[in-house]
Amino acid sequence: MSEPLLEVRDLKVSFRTDDGLVRAVDGVSLTLAEGETLGIVGESGSGKSVTMMSVMRLITDPNAQFSGEVFYKGRDLMKLNQGQIRSIRGSGIGMIFQDPMTSLNPVYKVGWQIAEQIRAHEQVSSAAARDRAIQLLTAVGIPQAARRVDDYPHHFSGGMRQRVMIAMAVSCNPDVLIADEPTTALDVTIQAQILKLIRKLKEDFGTAVVLITHDMGVVADMADRIAVMYAGRVIEQGTGRDLFYDPQHPYTWGLLGSIARLDRPRPRRLAAIPGLPPSLLRLPEGCAFSDRCAHSFDLCATRPELSARLGTTHLDACHLSPQQKKDLRVATIHPELVPETP
Amino acid sequence: MTVPPRGDDPPIPPAAPVGANGSPGSLSGSPSGPPDGEILLRADHLTKYFPIRQGVLLQREVGRVHAVDDVSFELRAGETLGLVGESGCGKSTLARCIVRLYDITSGSLYFDGQDISKSSRRQLRPVRRDLQIVFQDPYASLNPRKRAGAIIADPMRIHRRGSREEIRNRVLELLELVGLSSEHVNRYPHEFSGGQRQRIGVARALALHPKLIIADEPVSALDVSIRAQVINLLDDLQDELSLTYIFIAHDLGVVRHVSDRIAVMYLGKIVEISPAEELYQRPVHPYTEALLSAVPIPDPDLSAGRQQIVLEGDVPSPIDPPSGCRFHPRCRFATEICKTTEPPLVRRGSPDHLAACHHPLSAAAGLSTIPAAVSATTPEPTAL
Repeated sequence: MSEPLLEVRDLKVSFRTDDGLVRAVDGVSLTLAEGETLGIVGESGSGKSVTMMSVMRLITDPNAQFSGEVFYKGRDLMKLNQGQIRSIRGSGIGMIFQDPMTSLNPVYKVGWQIAEQIRAHEQVSSAAARDRAIQLLTAVGIPQAARRVDDYPHHFSGGMRQRVMIAMAVSCNPDVLIADEPTTALDVTIQAQILKLIRKLKEDFGTAVVLITHDMGVVADMADRIAVMYAGRVIEQGTGRDLFYDPQHPYTWGLLGSIARLDRPRPRRLAAIPGLPPSLLRLPEGCAFSDRCAHSFDLCATRPELSARLGTTHLDACHLSPQQKKDLRVATIHPELVPETP
Repeated sequence: MTVPPRGDDPPIPPAAPVGANGSPGSLSGSPSGPPDGEILLRADHLTKYFPIRQGVLLQREVGRVHAVDDVSFELRAGETLGLVGESGCGKSTLARCIVRLYDITSGSLYFDGQDISKSSRRQLRPVRRDLQIVFQDPYASLNPRKRAGAIIADPMRIHRRGSREEIRNRVLELLELVGLSSEHVNRYPHEFSGGQRQRIGVARALALHPKLIIADEPVSALDVSIRAQVINLLDDLQDELSLTYIFIAHDLGVVRHVSDRIAVMYLGKIVEISPAEELYQRPVHPYTEALLSAVPIPDPDLSAGRQQIVLEGDVPSPIDPPSGCRFHPRCRFATEICKTTEPPLVRRGSPDHLAACHHPLSAAAGLSTIPAAVSATTPEPTAL
């Protein structure tokens, strides 16, 4: 297998607070191949955004502490200085943020904001940059782009603003596009439009995409590989088919069971995960999911390693045996398939 | 970044023992359709316009936002009516009109046989005991300076229900009912997680033994695993206390899970209203079909094999809604008549299934918006 385009090795990010050390990311390793889509799924506080923000070196909090390595085309991004990382942001790795309302500058015209990025990375005249901005706006599906280029962000709807964000992120043809919950703030019909656009850009330019989301439906549709995060760690990772048809970790089962799905008969009750995610200030020694897991046993007091099943690339961090996982997950995801015990 | 307080979110109380009629989960669990209760709420041509004013002194009215426009429906006691639609379609405005947080522009609203559309604040007081609302944002809907106990006690104090001692006991009872414990009574909202706060909001709504609860996006702000807990809680409470719900959400999966009937709104109008399962299996309005087809399906093979209808453009402005059928600029079946004549809400399919469309989708034609196993009784054990 060829060298991955982006590789995160044992990344740890923690924040010093008055209450103690918050371990937001606790030893995450990920790889992204050229042209691939990697989905990162997890609930709020699971560390999925912090991981990718750290890759982009966008966390400037003086209380943040980092360790680990992030290789992009053979260079360790964690060791670059500000000037060097700026040349990679935007032109090598582009990013789309969750909230299109707050991530555009309200006092500049959208065309100017896109052109600014082009001019920062390339030696072009401002007129040429503006023309490129118009082409980009057309490419992301803004009607009458030549006219709209001089509008301000508040003239656009949420979905259109997200298109502007995407235009900005792909303006310098990055090889990697990091999309942090790109559709969470949008309605379903607009979400479908934006996902279609990301898929099209990926096909046209061969961009590799990291898609951060909490919606299992979105990753099922988009991702080649999926990593599930919980309490700052990756707890399961595999292809889309691995995750959806052969999930190994009880947390993944819980996530799948919690969704009210349209493609299945309506269950009497949703299989909710009891309790709350653990505080990142006091992570348990062992498996972070063990207090909420219905199947935890004495071994769970030690931290499970993320390891592959024999002969596969499907990784999971759970102490249960493969046979136990097979039997127990049916009970979690399809409670109606299991006869009720009196 | 913030860290959720480490509270013990106790497990959801055990499922309501057995429904009154002897079958577990009688109302929400049965996909057979709405129960034949008496009519608890009826809206007739309910309309709410918000004026747009301009000018400093005279405040001339220059336009109107047509937030809710000529909406009629009935709600039977004991059922759950789901209300879906995109942001700006008027579902929250409708909810607030029903509890009369907004004055109604025109139309009438009958609750328990009484016309409350023009009632004064004083006349509304007794009605409001029976008519409660749970808000979307569990962070904004609880007063940060009051303790959980005081928040839940507020409705009882305002309506003078019982002595101090009685109110205190009722608060403890309510906390337990929603899956919190008596130790939470003296905590402030910031000490709770989002899911727990929403439980406090539910307890407050239940304080006065209401008949109807309007839940306005009660789970949208919550994480997936917590969302399922709160939905199960609302389900159990309905069985235990025989409540009637209007459940507003933009998540079509959640709405299907909780509702007996579902109304789909677009730009201030109900475009389709139907028994829940029928709406998902045989949508009649092209907007409903597009909405269903836009929902991502957590199954890679099914989503790959699925034909999605992606609506172009945005929802038009409710200040100047399109003529005729409001959906016509985005509809793939639109013809001349759709531009000129507004389609009435008429029966399509089963007696309870109404839709407002000139070119309704027939059951046979039309794309299969939700692939596979909706109608299957048992899912394949291989596909987990």
